[in-house]
Amino acid sequence: MVVALTLILVAQLLGEALAHGLGLPVPGPLIGMALVLLFLILRDRAPGGAERVLPRPLVDGSLEATGKGLLAHLSLLFVPAGAGIVGRLDILAAHGFAIAAIVAISTILTLSATAITFVAVARVLERGKDPR
Amino acid sequence: MSSEFAVWVYLSRTPLLWLTVTLLAYLTADRLALAMNRHPIANPVLIAIIITATVLWLTSTPYATYFDGAKFVHFLLGPATVALAFPLYEYRATVMRALVPMLAALLVGSVVAVASALGLGLLLDIPRDVVVALSPKSVTTGVAMGIVETLGGDPTLAAVLVMLTGMTGAIVVTPLMNRLGIEDRRARGFAAGLAAHGVGTARAFQVSAVAGTFAGIALGLNAFLTAILVPAALSFLR
Repeated sequence: MVVALTLILVAQLLGEALAHGLGLPVPGPLIGMALVLLFLILRDRAPGGAERVLPRPLVDGSLEATGKGLLAHLSLLFVPAGAGIVGRLDILAAHGFAIAAIVAISTILTLSATAITFVAVARVLERGKDPR
Repeated sequence: MSSEFAVWVYLSRTPLLWLTVTLLAYLTADRLALAMNRHPIANPVLIAIIITATVLWLTSTPYATYFDGAKFVHFLLGPATVALAFPLYEYRATVMRALVPMLAALLVGSVVAVASALGLGLLLDIPRDVVVALSPKSVTTGVAMGIVETLGGDPTLAAVLVMLTGMTGAIVVTPLMNRLGIEDRRARGFAAGLAAHGVGTARAFQVSAVAGTFAGIALGLNAFLTAILVPAALSFLR
């Protein structure tokens, strides 16, 4: 688990360094995600097997298990920030609750538009493949 | 000073107490959500936040004291974001097959998220600096605060609005998709991640790994696109 966590933290650190160094508008952890993805692709494509060079935990599935463990309770990780927001709800009240209504309506519109587009385009593509 | 009180004074200053409170609040919330068959209204994030905030309020604990303990949990947000690579890799075949629908949904969803916030804001005569804070509400807190700060808005207001959007999206997504008759787990997850960032993604992972994977991709792509879209859209509004 220590090896797996180290790999994840190294990826995040590199991501942060790239994001700040190049002034990218993407958060470091997201670049870290891309780096881990790249690592996984290269690991499984390596000719002759990456097992011989890499530490065991990176090839025997414990890396994946650690990653999934982190994601299993993603909800928990939002609690500290969320509890801080509760104390700042006054700032919302100060700006009128019209904002809360905008948030609700806009979120519903966004969810609907995204899902409908996804399903519609997927359907068109499938139809294009069907005949023949 | 009674001895119980002395113990309380000591403990309330250690990170241990508030870290434990955070975990207990979450476990209670998760049990409650499970008992209600993961009904969307019983959102574990929301319940855990309410429990924690109530404890802080009852004990009149300043948020800074609380965060000193809770920061260990908060820190894991970064590594968890990196860990989104694992389900993405596992389901790469499914993801690659859905590349075109995903990109189309990203474009439409991202534009609707920003445009609807701006449009409704103008319609309801909301001051410009508040509209600025409102426009990136669908992306993760860090990105939204960054965008708003560079455009001269209030980052704290942006953070509040982002969290509010996440909660709303996570609670509303399941009944809304059912009402729209959308059963495709990929589409449902992608919408949750795009409109409601990490909180929506957490909800999607509760439903299925595929939904969670697509939510994670949407979260990442939308952070990138919104960072470009919002400044562009606002430049049209003077």
